[in-house]
Amino acid sequence: MENLKYAFFVGCTPKQSTPELMQSTLAIAQEFGIELVELVEATCCGASHMQDYDDFLSLVLNARNICYAEKRGLTIVTVCNTCQLNLATAKYRLDHDEKLKKRVNDKLNEVGLEYKGTSQIKHFLYALIDDYGIDAIASRVKKPLKDLYIAPFYGCHNIRPKEVHGASNGNEDPYKPTSLDRLIVALGGNSVEYGHKNKCCGFHVELQAPKTANKISGGAMLDAIENRADTMVTPCPLCHLRLDVQQKNISKEMGEDVSIPILHMPQMVGLALGIDPDKLGIKHNITKFTFA
Amino acid sequence: MKIYDTKKVNFKVFRYNKDTDRMPYYQNFSFDVAQDEVILDILNKIKWERDGSFSYRRSCRHGICGSCAIKVNNKPVLSCKERVFDLIEIFGYELVLEPQDMKSAIKDMVVDKERFWQKYSSVKPFLVANIEAHPKSKNIISQEEADRLEEADYCIQCGNCFFACPSVDVNGDYIGPAALLKAFRFNVDVRDNAKRDRLDIVNQESSGVWDCVKCYECAEACPKDLSPIDKITKLHNQIFEENMAKDNVATRHAVGFKDSIAKHGFLDEGELVRYSEGNIGVLKHVPEAIHMFKNGKLIMPWQMPKSQKLDEVDKLIKSCSTVKFK
Repeated sequence: MENLKYAFFVGCTPKQSTPELMQSTLAIAQEFGIELVELVEATCCGASHMQDYDDFLSLVLNARNICYAEKRGLTIVTVCNTCQLNLATAKYRLDHDEKLKKRVNDKLNEVGLEYKGTSQIKHFLYALIDDYGIDAIASRVKKPLKDLYIAPFYGCHNIRPKEVHGASNGNEDPYKPTSLDRLIVALGGNSVEYGHKNKCCGFHVELQAPKTANKISGGAMLDAIENRADTMVTPCPLCHLRLDVQQKNISKEMGEDVSIPILHMPQMVGLALGIDPDKLGIKHNITKFTFA
Repeated sequence: MKIYDTKKVNFKVFRYNKDTDRMPYYQNFSFDVAQDEVILDILNKIKWERDGSFSYRRSCRHGICGSCAIKVNNKPVLSCKERVFDLIEIFGYELVLEPQDMKSAIKDMVVDKERFWQKYSSVKPFLVANIEAHPKSKNIISQEEADRLEEADYCIQCGNCFFACPSVDVNGDYIGPAALLKAFRFNVDVRDNAKRDRLDIVNQESSGVWDCVKCYECAEACPKDLSPIDKITKLHNQIFEENMAKDNVATRHAVGFKDSIAKHGFLDEGELVRYSEGNIGVLKHVPEAIHMFKNGKLIMPWQMPKSQKLDEVDKLIKSCSTVKFK
């Protein structure tokens, strides 16, 4: 197989609050021979908040981000659901509205750029499953996760709205997503069936409405725990920040203990590939996870 | 000889009578379903052929009254619009029929929508205008002006978005997507005079737009594809455009991104929390900050990453900004 190569849109958390996501992403990419070319010019996607303040500015900045992948002739890979949705939404809007595209390009021209619409945008999860291939992943497993019951937590922005994601997430159904479940099984693990797998974590109101955020995440975590999950896994660092970092606050709000380890998707893959947990940044996870 | 292809489907149906049952239960009904049959056909068959006590709401039968909204395998649907064969493709041959919101169930598929209507009526969901009782000429708006509604006037008040919203589920104060969409619908109507009144209502903390969790459940749930969340974003924009944004944690949270991007390209996570919460408010985050620091999840200000070509970003921010805050 020809080596896969992508423009890597790193986003903000892998360089700050989720270093383990950066480490595990690079570790498994190396193991699979996937080349990730960092988009060093890229800025924050606005995290679904900046558009509330200034929608046009947010759109132009994301169009600029995509321009740099187009210049390199590469598909963008993201490692955060919200980065994925913000970039994909910008692309969707520009590709479906010539007038808007012209307005944005008039601005981009001021700095010598042009948005063309030639680059696709994919979350790393779908690059692995759809491009590298689920069977190819399974064939690389050295330490099957056979004794682990893993609750997949998909996160909103990778699966909704369906219209925006289209083929880039393999046309995943928002009411019955399967990619993470299939990945868990391919790694030799057991995927836990529970109602909250495609639900929200509440991250985006964490500051202004912490009670709401804690109740929403708490509901999902209790559901996973009641269905006997040993750990939850998520492709989104924002879900991870919520479910892992806020666990104490969530337990307090729920009035019961919601302790459960939360893995990033690439950490889970890395463990099954037999990569040293240190190289997957496992020590940064707040609720500790051990895998013999 | 069979005229139609049929598929055998088991329907697991939520049954509950608030007046007589202590707990809800599920009852199984199996039918051979033809390819054009919709969920409403199944509800009718259950009542007409199997159990006359089964209750559900129905009226127009072609997607305009909003009465027959229920959930199938947790997917909000309009019963009269949703083909069973399409649902089989997603969920297989067992379909679970439940009311929109089990907590509000009165009898079987029938829910108490009072909460929904309360929120709905709180946003002045009507045209506020001085229109003469006996006008001498027609009061017509142009196509362009009508387009500004972005089809929000197509909302049929089915309640699917409201009952799918996780923020509504845990916060009784939150107005929710349907009412917010309605506020947008009248706020962009050129004949209306109550835009600022409505913005005042939807700008409240805890009940207004700032409690949207951005999960896009409402966008998926809407049988008319109206994407309420996009209208909620536009209400956010109106609040800033009309200079009505209060200086609070929610507004600063949205604004803070711009400052950070201008300075670093990346979002400065620590600074965003400090700026949003203020110097005193930020203190409540100290316990988790210590936790994060111990686990190597906090960087120091001098370690802050920077994007390349920030001059470009700066130029675009100056050239493209459409609003100001404070």
